[in-house]
Amino acid sequence: MSNARALRQLPVLITLLIAFMLMMTPMPAAAAPFRPDWLALVLVFWAMTVPRSYSVGIAWLFGIVLDVAQGTLLGQHALALCVIVYITVKFHLLMRVFPLSQLTATIFALLALYQFLLFWINGVAGVTAPAIDYWGPVVAGTIVWPFLSIVLSGLRYRVQTGG
Amino acid sequence: MVGSQSNSNPARIPALGFRALALVVLSILLMWLDNREHHLDAVRRAVGVAVYPVQIVVDTPARLWSWLRENSASKNQLQLENSRLRTESLITRGRMQELEALKAENDRLRAMLDAREQVRGEVRVAGIMAVDANPYRHNIVLDVGSREGVYDGQAIVDASGVVGQVIETGLTTSQAILISDPDHALPVVVNRNGLRTVAFGTGEYNRLSLPFLANNADIETGDLLVTSGLGGAFPSGYPVAVVDKVTRLPQEPFAEVTATPAAALDQVREVMLIWTRKQDDGAGDE
Repeated sequence: MSNARALRQLPVLITLLIAFMLMMTPMPAAAAPFRPDWLALVLVFWAMTVPRSYSVGIAWLFGIVLDVAQGTLLGQHALALCVIVYITVKFHLLMRVFPLSQLTATIFALLALYQFLLFWINGVAGVTAPAIDYWGPVVAGTIVWPFLSIVLSGLRYRVQTGG
Repeated sequence: MVGSQSNSNPARIPALGFRALALVVLSILLMWLDNREHHLDAVRRAVGVAVYPVQIVVDTPARLWSWLRENSASKNQLQLENSRLRTESLITRGRMQELEALKAENDRLRAMLDAREQVRGEVRVAGIMAVDANPYRHNIVLDVGSREGVYDGQAIVDASGVVGQVIETGLTTSQAILISDPDHALPVVVNRNGLRTVAFGTGEYNRLSLPFLANNADIETGDLLVTSGLGGAFPSGYPVAVVDKVTRLPQEPFAEVTATPAAALDQVREVMLIWTRKQDDGAGDE
């Protein structure tokens, strides 16, 4: 059982890894503020879909690794990811029955909260950054969400069957 | 966590609130420790080892692309480049001879004056990885780390001027802050008349600001700013920027002065790290 179960989890881990890489992929300086928060989006999707296997623990772990990779305050992304994934898991039954438009609006709110937490921590730690660095990813993330959720939904049945 | 029965009663996730709270508290604790003193460098280094392969993978397309471009260059192009480099090398070597003589003369004069010997450090070329780092800062990731002897606060220059300094050293990679970062300040001196001031980053790659110059300060457009060496992190005399605008407002105590960095900060691919011989640790001037 454990082997088959591990095999089913593979798509999740691979998508998380790809999301993590996309957070580091170089972008031209003008487009860099509009990098969607790939990791947050993918974590929210899986927390909504398989909340028992993927919730705050894995979000926190990936957050810590992201903090090290980006050289931000250790725990900054971990905390922000943890909070939005907690909210997602709490309301995952509701979010599952939302039509796509409503769900996208919810994602917008989650991403805004995520960036607000990062902004707030930066403020306390004394890191200053232009405002576009905060709202850019929120807008870009909301735009890519419908496409991302279609792609990930294709993998969902494989992960969930018999789960 | 009982994963195998997840569909029976999916509404309840055991101890979710408790776990989330515990992790949030842990995060806050980590951030507090990290922000105070660098207590967590060991943790960062350990996790950094796991991040390294991912950085390598992300960096690969850019590396592959430049490798392909080099390999597909025509013979004609290579010959052209070769002859250009040959001329350049000849000119540089010619200048070097002059420099050697000047250096000897300088040493003699300094000896006469009983002045301290000027520190000229060792250098090493490092590549910048095609990996984006901190979105809130002007950071770059270098492909050398503490394994190569890189230390925090080390100065980074390129062929045309100062680029930045190392702020975090991993085992195999390190992160550096560019002089254009809003939180970076660099002690400089105007090459023409020795006027000392501080150059701050602005968040734009092609602009530094010099906020502490009085309205009557002797500074004009086109002045070259070089490192003064006062901060301790940078050796003195490296070009930093060229003043491009001086606005004197009679009602303000300070003039508005901006400068263009000598190094193309958003285009550099390779940089030089400078080892100054006796570096007291933690003398960074960030």
